[in-house]
Amino acid sequence: MTDLSNLTIASVRDSLRKGAFTALELTEQYLGAIESAGALNAFSANTPDIARAQAQAADARLAKGDAPDMCGIPLGIKDLFCTKGVQTQAASHILDGFKPEYESTITSQLFGAGAVMLGKLNMDEFAMGSSNETSYYGPVTSPWRRGNESTPLTPGGSSGGSAAAVSADLCLGATGTDTGGSIRQPAAFTGIVGVKPTYGRCSRWGVVAFASSLDQAGPMVKTVRDSAIMLEAMAGHDPKDSTSADLAVPNFEAALSGDIRGKKIGLPKEYRLDGMPEEIEALWHEGAEKLKAAGAEIVDISLPHTKYALPAYYVIAPAEASSNLSRYDGVKYGHRAKIKSGEGITEMYERTRAEGFGSEVQRRVMIGAYVLSAGFYDAYYIRAQKVRTLIKQDFEKVFADGIDQILTPATPSAAFGLGEMKDADPIKMYLNDVFTVTVNLAGLPGVSVPAGLDSSGLPLGLQLIGQPWNEADMLNTAYALEQASGFDAKPVKWW
Amino acid sequence: MSIDIKTARKVAHLARIEVAEEALPPLADALSNILAFMEQLNEVDIDGVEPMSSVTPMALKQRKDEVTDGGYQDKILANAPDSREGFFAVPKVVE
Repeated sequence: MTDLSNLTIASVRDSLRKGAFTALELTEQYLGAIESAGALNAFSANTPDIARAQAQAADARLAKGDAPDMCGIPLGIKDLFCTKGVQTQAASHILDGFKPEYESTITSQLFGAGAVMLGKLNMDEFAMGSSNETSYYGPVTSPWRRGNESTPLTPGGSSGGSAAAVSADLCLGATGTDTGGSIRQPAAFTGIVGVKPTYGRCSRWGVVAFASSLDQAGPMVKTVRDSAIMLEAMAGHDPKDSTSADLAVPNFEAALSGDIRGKKIGLPKEYRLDGMPEEIEALWHEGAEKLKAAGAEIVDISLPHTKYALPAYYVIAPAEASSNLSRYDGVKYGHRAKIKSGEGITEMYERTRAEGFGSEVQRRVMIGAYVLSAGFYDAYYIRAQKVRTLIKQDFEKVFADGIDQILTPATPSAAFGLGEMKDADPIKMYLNDVFTVTVNLAGLPGVSVPAGLDSSGLPLGLQLIGQPWNEADMLNTAYALEQASGFDAKPVKWW
Repeated sequence: MSIDIKTARKVAHLARIEVAEEALPPLADALSNILAFMEQLNEVDIDGVEPMSSVTPMALKQRKDEVTDGGYQDKILANAPDSREGFFAVPKVVE
């Protein structure tokens, strides 16, 4: 029927309203595409019955002329979002068979706006990982390959299923979540747009918690315009999340004029890392030149505590995770280990968690328990929270000096091969988040925009960091960057 | 600060994760490596700095202290591995 690779949320919105095709026809086509893309392992559960019912309801609304922007738009939903009656496991063995009795606020809002759920998307277990290799469902394979090689590559993580599905045209948009870079890094690895909103912009209610002071959901889509449309539908105050902000949600799409004349864009010198590939450095420089050509002023800035963001993150996030994941005890839901006679509830808890959590999750839960334990709490946890204050102040200072957005690379490299980091120190994997994690620690919005290809034909992304609550202006600069970059590469279909 | 086997055993128990004796030495090494990475934080001058408690300054909302939700025991128990007579069932806790 239609070439799915040419479609965007914006174009489908218009086509559906004009009646060029129906939501049901489109949904059938996506269900077929998913069916034949099993090799990517992007979906952890398919929900064709729900999709068809939602598409029919969307068509009825379209016929009545009561169709919000997301009406009839086929989406994939990260497995971290609770979806009523549908398998939700956070890609973990410990949540085996869990079917929530409730719907997350974000998916409620999307479905309320008429969106269609095609299925649930694979991810790193409990969103802990940068390559999708910690998933209990097995890793997602990126639709992208290096040149003519057939080496399977990572789509990034933790929202790797979301990134692969959007990039391979298995859905028009996907929900992601970002605790240290889990939307922006996979978006960069797969040539799509990923937005991490300001902390508090989107409700966390019904999203399986990893590190509550850092977690934020956002859209993963093909264009900046689509990100504006989908973010608007996801955002908003929710009385069920006490950290969600009671602020009006702007019309983000209306902010996309592409006019960035007079905007001040900061380039932080601390993001120029030793040993960073020249291609990344060049991409960053070219991005700045493009913004300058569009009328922005490029300013060298300093964020002096950048170096300490990753170590602070790897104290704070595991500490919060160890607390959040204490609820998986084999009592309320999911997997329960068998115990022998003479054993009691402690053995049941400990074996359930040993069997149910993968090695990376276990490692982080134990690090978290350690840094929160008596005698170490001040030395690690409180110290990290003080460093976090300093990192946030770095940003406050540059914004107070008149900087509108900050431009950085999204990742320190292009996508790597699945299994390539298997024997590496976990810290080497953590370095994937070096450019993104500061944004979570400071609660700021960030967006990853595809900006070019490396020498082997893999996508590279640039990140724009915005002022708190000013996603609109950040997305407008991202839009100008997108226009100037003219990125239109797609993976060559092999699956 | 490096973690010895005794501390690794203690941390595993604090986290309520069963770890076999032979897995404790590699676990101690892995945890030590991560802690060594965190040691960088000791370079930072944190004198007089407040630890962050909320990334976005906001006053938490208050509401009347009244029941607004509930009354669906069956839904609460629907995903339990073992439930009996309207309760979660667990192995014997007291002798």
